[in-house]
Amino acid sequence: MLLRKIAIAGTVAGLMGNTAFAGDCGPPGQSVRVLGSDFPAIQAVSGTAKANCEANAGEFTVTLRDNTRDIMNQALTPNPAEYTSVIVANSTLTQLMNDDLVRPLNDLVEKYGTHLNPNQLITIGGDIMAVAFMANSQHLFSRKDILEQAGVEGIPATVDEIVAAAEKIRAAGIMEHPIAMNMKVGWNVGEVFNLFYFAHGGELFKPGSAEPNINNAAGVAALNSIKALAEYAHPDHLSQASNETQALWESGKAALAIMWGSRGGAVLDDEGSTEEVTSNTVLSAAPTAGGGSVPAATLWWDGVTIARNISDEEAEATFAALVGALSAEMVAEHNDDAIWLIDGFEPGPAAAGVAATASGGARPYPMIPYVNLMHNALGAELVDFYKGAESAEDALADVEAAYITAAKEAGFLQ
Amino acid sequence: MAAGLFRGPAAPFAKQSNEANAMKHRTFFWFILPTLSAMVLFIALPIVSVFIQSLFVQHEQVLVVSESCGPFGCSETTAIDAGATAKLREEQPLGRFNGFGTYTNRSHLAFAELSDAWRMTESWGAFWDTLMDLPFYKALIFTLTYTFVVTPLVLVLGLAIAVGINKLPTLIKGPSIFVSLLPFLVTPLVGSLILAWMVDGDGIIGATLQIIFDEPSLSLKASATLTWIMLMVYGVWHTLPFSFITFYAGLQTVPKDTLEAAQIDGASKWQSMRHVIVPHLMPLVSFVTLMLLMDNFRVFEPIISFSAQGHAQSLSFYIFNDLRESGNPLYASAGATSMLTILGVMILLGPVLVRTWRDFNSKGH
Repeated sequence: MLLRKIAIAGTVAGLMGNTAFAGDCGPPGQSVRVLGSDFPAIQAVSGTAKANCEANAGEFTVTLRDNTRDIMNQALTPNPAEYTSVIVANSTLTQLMNDDLVRPLNDLVEKYGTHLNPNQLITIGGDIMAVAFMANSQHLFSRKDILEQAGVEGIPATVDEIVAAAEKIRAAGIMEHPIAMNMKVGWNVGEVFNLFYFAHGGELFKPGSAEPNINNAAGVAALNSIKALAEYAHPDHLSQASNETQALWESGKAALAIMWGSRGGAVLDDEGSTEEVTSNTVLSAAPTAGGGSVPAATLWWDGVTIARNISDEEAEATFAALVGALSAEMVAEHNDDAIWLIDGFEPGPAAAGVAATASGGARPYPMIPYVNLMHNALGAELVDFYKGAESAEDALADVEAAYITAAKEAGFLQ
Repeated sequence: MAAGLFRGPAAPFAKQSNEANAMKHRTFFWFILPTLSAMVLFIALPIVSVFIQSLFVQHEQVLVVSESCGPFGCSETTAIDAGATAKLREEQPLGRFNGFGTYTNRSHLAFAELSDAWRMTESWGAFWDTLMDLPFYKALIFTLTYTFVVTPLVLVLGLAIAVGINKLPTLIKGPSIFVSLLPFLVTPLVGSLILAWMVDGDGIIGATLQIIFDEPSLSLKASATLTWIMLMVYGVWHTLPFSFITFYAGLQTVPKDTLEAAQIDGASKWQSMRHVIVPHLMPLVSFVTLMLLMDNFRVFEPIISFSAQGHAQSLSFYIFNDLRESGNPLYASAGATSMLTILGVMILLGPVLVRTWRDFNSKGH
C-alpha cells in the first residue's frame, strides 16, 4: 500500500495538493499547544502549522523535546490538559489510549480532513484516533565499495547472506566487526527481537488474549538469527542505540547495518561523514530470515492526536492547524525530512529502504494495550542470552514469566 | 550528598549541655515543631503513601476486540474499554487490594520461584544461578557489592589523601584541595557520561587499553566483570572528595599536645596515626560511613550514563525501569521495590546508628 502510494505520489502531487484549505484555521482566538518529539519531520509539521495559524489563534505554542513519552500521560491527565495535541507513534498512541486521554477525530476529519488519504487515518473499532503523516521502519544499510572489495556480489537480502558477507569482510581483513545494530539493553533489545520474531512468523500473544506466546520455535529461531549477526557486531553492541550506530556508520567503521529509515537522510547528507562513506551507502529492504518472505522490520507511523481533556473549540482549532499543515506545499518544502504519507511526496534515495521494506510485507508494530509490557520484559530478560549466560529457551521462559508478573499487576491477566 | 553535609555532623558532636537538659519539654516542642512538621509532610507521608500504593494493583482491564487500520493495512486488535475501566476506577480509586502479593511476586522477593529452585536444584551453584536470574536479587547483589566495595575504599583513601594534603606546604595546599574536590563538583550524570565516552572502544582510555593489551576487541562495556569494576572505580572517584574534605576538616581539630606527647613517648608516625588521629576522628568516620552507605545503596546515575544496565542493575535503576520503560507505569512494583530499598538502608545503617547512639550516650554522661 505504501509502495503504491509512493509510486503515484509524484503524479498526483500537482493535482491534489493545491486544493487546500490553507487559511482555514478553525475557530479564532483559541489556545493551541502542541507536544512532540524533536526531529526534522515533526519540526516541519508543527512549524508549518504555527506559521499558518498563529495569527488566528489566541496562543500557539510548540514544545518539541526528547523522550516525550515519559511525560505525555501526566501532561494530558489534568482537565484542561497541558497540551491540546501530542504527536505520537504506534506505541505511544497505545500508551495514551490506555488512559483514555485522546479523543476520536471522526467529526473533525469530516470537517477539516478532506484532503487526507484514507490510509493516513488510524482507526480503531471505527473511531479515527490519529492522523498519520510519515512512515518509518528499520532496514539494511550497506557499503557497496566494501562488499565489492570483499568479493560479495550484490546487496545481501537474507540474514544468512548478511552473515556470509560479514564473514568475507572479516576474512579479507577489512573490518573485524562489519555489522552495526541497535542492541542497547532495554527498549532496543526488545525491538530487535520483535523484528526477527515477526520475520520468523511469530505472534507475541495468543490470539485474542493477553497470554504471552514467545517461548516457541520461532522465538528460538529469532534469537539465533540475532546472535548470528551479533557475532560480527561491535563488542559494545549492548550499549549502542541509534546515535552510536549512526556514528559508527558515518565514521566508516561498519559495512552492514540494520538501522532506522529515519536515519537515512542524516547518513546520506554531507554532514558528519566522508564522501567515500556517503557515496557508497546503499539503502535496501530489511533482510528476511529462515527462508521466510517477511522482512525483519516493524513498520511505524507518526501522527497527530487531539487531547480529550480540552474544550471542543480548542480541539477544533488545534486539529485544523495541524492537519492543515499536512499539505503538498509543506511536503514540497521538506521533501527529504521524512518518508511522508502525504500526497506530493517524491521519494528520494533516503526513502528507498523503508519503501522496499514496506512493500516486502513487513509487519506494523502492534497497537495492543499490553505490548509495552511485553516489550519491556523482552528488553530486560533477553540480555542473558546475548551475553551467553543462558540458553534461548531459558531466556524466553524468563521473558514470559516477567511479562506475566507485570501484566497481572496492570490488570491484563488474572 | 551536599544536603548531608548540613544534616549530619551536628548529631554525633552535640554534647548534651545542662541548658539543653533544662529545656522544658514545652519549649522543646515549639522549637522542633517546624522541622518536625516538614519531616512528616515531606518524608513520612510520602513513604506511607508509597507503602499503601504498593499494596494495590490495577483493576482488571476491560478489553474489547476491534479492527484497527492504518497506513500499513488493517488487522484485528484489542483495546481497553475506556468507559468500563473508568467506572471500575471510580468505584475503587486505589485499584484492587493485593496485600503483600507484589512483594512476593517474581519481580521482587520471588518466594515461589525460590522455593521451587530450593527443591529442584542439586547444588549451591545451581541455586545461585537461579537466584541471579531473578531481577530483584540481581539488582540487590550488585547494589550490595557496590556499597561494600566503594564505602571502605572511599573511607581509607579519603583519610589517606586528607593526611597527605595536611602535610603539604601551605603554598600548594590550597590548589591541591581544590583539585581534589573537582570530581565532587561534576554532576554525577555528566561525570559518568564523560567517563563512559572515554572508556568506549573508540575513546581515549578504551583505545589505549586495546593498544596496551594488544587486543583490538577488548571492551570494558562488553564484560560483566569489567563493567562492575568500571562502575565501582567511578563510584570511588566521584565520592572520594566528600570523605577527604570531611576528614581534612577533622584533622584541623586534632589536639597538638596529645600528638607531641605521643612523639615524646617515641611513637612512630604510623603509631600516632593509629592511636591518636584515627580515634579522634572516629565520630567523623561514623558520620562519613553513614552518608556513604546511604548514597552508595541508591547508586543509579552511572548505570544510566555508562549504559551498563545489561551487566549491572541496581535497586534504584529497577524502580526507574518500572516507572519509565513500561509506558504506563507499574506503581505497585516500583512502590514495593522502594519499600524494600528503605528496609535495606535501615538494615545497613543499623550497626552504625547503634554505635553512634552508644558514643553519644557515653559522652553525654
